[in-house]
Amino acid sequence: MLRKLREDKSFQGTILISPTLLFMIGLLIVPLLLTLVISFGSRAPDGTVIYGFSFHNYVRLFGIRTECAGGESICFDPIYAKILSRSLSLAFNTTVLAILMAYPLAYFIARAPLKKRNTFLFLILVPMWTNFVIRVYAWMMLLRTQGVINGALGWLAGLVGFHFTPLEMLYTQGAVLVGMVYEFLPFMILPLYTSLEKIDLSWYEASADLGASPFRTFLRMTLPLSMPGVVSGTILVFIPVMGTFIVSDLLGGRQIVLIGNLIQNQFLIARDPTFGSAASIILMTMTLIVTYFYTRKFGFSEEIVVV
Amino acid sequence: MSEFSVELRDVVKKFPTPEGGEVFAVNHVTMQIKNGEFFSMLGPSGCGKTTSLRTIAGFEWPTSGEIYIEGEPMGHRPPYLRPVNTVFQSYALFPHMSVAENVAFGLEMEKTPKQEIKRRVGEALEMVKLTGMERRNPTQLSGGQRQRVALARSLVKRPKVLLLDEPLGALDLKLRKEMQLELKALQQEVGITFVYVTHDQEEALTMSDRIAVMDGGVVLQVGKPVEIYERPNCRFVADFIGETNFLDGEVRAIDGDRVTVYIPRLKDELVGTKASPVRIGEQVVVSLRPEKTRIIENKAKMGNCFSGKVLNIAYIGSDTRVFVDLGGVSLKVWEQNKISTLDPEAYYERGEQVWVVVMPENALVLHLG
Repeated sequence: MLRKLREDKSFQGTILISPTLLFMIGLLIVPLLLTLVISFGSRAPDGTVIYGFSFHNYVRLFGIRTECAGGESICFDPIYAKILSRSLSLAFNTTVLAILMAYPLAYFIARAPLKKRNTFLFLILVPMWTNFVIRVYAWMMLLRTQGVINGALGWLAGLVGFHFTPLEMLYTQGAVLVGMVYEFLPFMILPLYTSLEKIDLSWYEASADLGASPFRTFLRMTLPLSMPGVVSGTILVFIPVMGTFIVSDLLGGRQIVLIGNLIQNQFLIARDPTFGSAASIILMTMTLIVTYFYTRKFGFSEEIVVV
Repeated sequence: MSEFSVELRDVVKKFPTPEGGEVFAVNHVTMQIKNGEFFSMLGPSGCGKTTSLRTIAGFEWPTSGEIYIEGEPMGHRPPYLRPVNTVFQSYALFPHMSVAENVAFGLEMEKTPKQEIKRRVGEALEMVKLTGMERRNPTQLSGGQRQRVALARSLVKRPKVLLLDEPLGALDLKLRKEMQLELKALQQEVGITFVYVTHDQEEALTMSDRIAVMDGGVVLQVGKPVEIYERPNCRFVADFIGETNFLDGEVRAIDGDRVTVYIPRLKDELVGTKASPVRIGEQVVVSLRPEKTRIIENKAKMGNCFSGKVLNIAYIGSDTRVFVDLGGVSLKVWEQNKISTLDPEAYYERGEQVWVVVMPENALVLHLG
């Protein structure tokens, strides 16, 4: 045994990865399979699961109902489809906004003198020291009708003598979007920074030397060479935004229900784990499909893709 | 059209130092590079040659002074609007493009028609002997091949001037020697002005029509290879180009080109040739090239004959390198082995008493500094 440990490289590897492997099997693979199994069951009146094999939770998620108000035998209820599409579009918008905001910043940091770069990266991580939920609460303070932003605007309006009606910002889709972008921006900045920082200055010089204006150098050098960062950042932002419920819960209130909120509600309030599990499986499938097509189009992190 | 391809007029480039001061990378440099010339800037690292090249390319703008390309002042014109192209020391090949795409890039920027791009890329790759490598990625090429791609990428644009920043620096010795000859042949074939930066004096001598020797941001001497080697105008140039011996002395008499210098170390006078302007009584240095100094066994009845003792000998095949102690100075003398023999008598021995003779035209009297 000891001798094998000393000499067999692949045995050493197995030993080294086994704690993580056991952890992942026990706490990821098994629960995931359990979720899949539960999603095919149905809810008992006391909120426990009656195991079975039925697609009725999925049928309900896609909005196909057999009990209709109009008396038809089958009809379409778009409530869950709306939640799904709202989640998708919010995740999409958050990702796009995050790219647009993170790119110039990451570029600026990557081109800063070496000593300053670490300071800037440090500053980007500072907000992470505060709890996620507290940061969302801070946005509530800012966006409330009686909040900081409305207070400041009212004071300014008072100075010029305008009548000011406070803006309704909290509990809107915009509030959720702002909160999401704020929470996940660092996850876009860091991979972008890493890939932009790897771009050799001499490539920029060679591009200019061969007649490319700064704009064309950006299109032909900077953008394609930073694609790995865009891809990693997108994955790191899109996937969690699809699943979180805290931001939409606090900043969106009852109006903005995302698939994350739906799942949370099914488990904690409606006490229907079977429907919650089905929603989880759908969330995961959607995320996988989007990520799959996205990475197939733009390559996976380490690959450099020609645009 | 201007007689000169590139002209630097009183160019100064200052950089701030981290300590808050300023450093002159290029200090009042004036240079005129002729059309179709192979012009080298030669000097040790930090002499300002690369900065000078970068100001021509437009990557840096002079602090003061002006750069003219084809007679046109460049001012603060950005690199992409200058009729010059650069071959970088690191080649700077684009990693996300194939060989053909790299070479085509500059033509695409000029909005050249697709058919013509294809034809010219093919021609350029043929010129640098890389036909068949079009679809390779730069990472799949050897150092020499990358070098050729970088050359093709610049030459395909048919620039007025090609700037080369130590392009052979990363290659091994054998390949470098090959590429030196190839580059020179290529330059003659395309007839473009080459401005070549190097710290390798042999490379500069082999390839250049003219050389500018630089040190400390200043141009010390501009001339043909033979002028730079045979008539260096100061101690630095004599020292940097090839090997030489220096003897310190004081000017005693001047007769036209002939200068008599008293050498305290030898307690004797030496007659040399004036290579930089000197005055009587001035402290000077006399440069003696090792291959132009001779050793004889008996005192000759002529001037410039000094007694010494053989300190050391190194037999290197074609030559024997003899080090002679001359009044406390170790003098290098290269003796060509013109006769094939195993007779030990034909070679010098350590400790042997000898005489060193120098012809006055081989002893160059130079300024200090």
